[in-house]
Amino acid sequence: MTDVNRPYVADKPAERPTNEELRARIPGWGADLDPADRPSTPKERFDPGATGAHWEFPDRQEETFPRERSIEHGMLPPVFGTVAPLHGLSGLIRRTAYARFGEGRLAHWLLLIVGDRVESTGAHLRAALALRPDDPVTETGVLTESAERELAAFRSSRADTSHRWIDPLLVAGPWVITGWIGWRILRAVLRRR
Amino acid sequence: MRAMVYRGPYKIRVEEKDVPRIEHPNDAIVRVTLAAICGSDLHLYHGMMPDTRIGTTFGHEFIGVVEEVGSSVQRLTRGDRVMVPFNVYCGSCYFCARGLYSNCHNVNPNATAVGGIYGYSHTTGGYDGGQAEYVRVPFADVGPQIIPDWMSDEDAVLLTDAVATGYFGAQLGEIAEGDTVVVLGAGPVGLYAARSAWLMGAGRVIVIDHLDYRLAKARDFAYAETLNFTEVDDVVVWMKKATDYLGADVVIDAAGAEADGSFVQQVTSTKLKLQGGSPVALNWAIDGARKGGTVAVVGAYGPIFSAVKFGDALNKGLTLRMNQTPVKRQWPRLFEHMQNGYLKPSDIVSHRIPLEHIADGYHLFSAKLDDCIKVLIEPGA
Repeated sequence: MTDVNRPYVADKPAERPTNEELRARIPGWGADLDPADRPSTPKERFDPGATGAHWEFPDRQEETFPRERSIEHGMLPPVFGTVAPLHGLSGLIRRTAYARFGEGRLAHWLLLIVGDRVESTGAHLRAALALRPDDPVTETGVLTESAERELAAFRSSRADTSHRWIDPLLVAGPWVITGWIGWRILRAVLRRR
Repeated sequence: MRAMVYRGPYKIRVEEKDVPRIEHPNDAIVRVTLAAICGSDLHLYHGMMPDTRIGTTFGHEFIGVVEEVGSSVQRLTRGDRVMVPFNVYCGSCYFCARGLYSNCHNVNPNATAVGGIYGYSHTTGGYDGGQAEYVRVPFADVGPQIIPDWMSDEDAVLLTDAVATGYFGAQLGEIAEGDTVVVLGAGPVGLYAARSAWLMGAGRVIVIDHLDYRLAKARDFAYAETLNFTEVDDVVVWMKKATDYLGADVVIDAAGAEADGSFVQQVTSTKLKLQGGSPVALNWAIDGARKGGTVAVVGAYGPIFSAVKFGDALNKGLTLRMNQTPVKRQWPRLFEHMQNGYLKPSDIVSHRIPLEHIADGYHLFSAKLDDCIKVLIEPGA
């Protein structure tokens, strides 16, 4: 039997320490052995009085601006976040995603991601015009990559070294492309004069 | 007030923002005394979560002091020291009434497939988070809890998500006495899940990651056997051999959307955003579990599809269990374990960083520099 692996017979015991050895070595071993002691067992436990809610349905928060919502909701939920309301072109894109497509549709999520990128581009331009431009050095925390740490990270047997080189391209790429386009436009304008 | 604000993928900074105000009778305003960066914050930081808006503040792990309460709040008063679960939840909807606090239907207009989470994009409701000096806390009579006098700030802030999520992950595994449990990912949640597996009577606990310093922590903190998966050709084959070719009884995916181990999966998810997450760990879990076994998922994934090996899960008769953690449900039992000396959450904290330098904290955590495991943020520093 010793040369037959576990799945090929009915009840070959696993090689492991005894419960006594585990209890002696590991604080609290087996304290939740009984599923009755596990707070998430069973998964659903009907007990509305346990939550602290003293309402059947919560008061409705005031809707101070038209709040976008998933079309899978039957109504606007009574409480919601109010930070960063929809605005501009990104707001139009995001509002379309919410109003037109349910959460099961890829278009819903891709439109939201497009809205994210449109908004961040606009935010960078506005910040530059307001003379408080984004600083890719301080905002990425890249200075924490002292030479020693960086080398240590790459010397080790990490799996992420195969793709970490892409990160600077993702961060710097849009800046370089925007700068290049700006330079081309500026040069074209100067040449016409 | 000073607050971390998102400026686009890989870019954050600290700005002046208005102090939040009471917007609902059961709101509270909490002055944040300690916050943390969660591994799932990195998904936002990397631009992976749809509808992450410029100017929003991240942070769903925080504790603080009650500064102001709304007119219907009965259980909290100004000056109370509170810990706040990462879930925003009403306590009274269909799902909350059944204990599924993380699936609340009354707090997130933007999606029905996920409840409310502080500082986690508009996809989870559009609430600002706690990496700031102040934060709005809806349903103050439901979520927040006064921190017991015996509990340190560091332990309390870790209980608002990471500890509760690791403990929940082990419960999702339905671990039976003597089970072999494999935990994929040696970040904070994976470490707590591994430690929790012992509480439930596991016979072996194996933690798999690619970062040696985190695996050392898994051996030291979680008493686990470890594997650096870069040292083997095929992780699944290794798992089979390690279990006498049976497979693990339970596998817990504590890695989630940015799991490493496959260049293609990483690039198509983290870099190109074509998947809701890189399902490397999930696929290893499915293939490494024994037939009839259980895969528990607490690593976070985005709402877009991922390339998951579902056929193997079907053919093996696996049980797949997952959810965002209903945090407050875990607390009474976790408090007992801490008081009995079974668990000291703050043992894994590696960095404390002032709010003003939070961009450095994100990069250290994201790039896994300086042996970073868990970063705490100090708004008042």
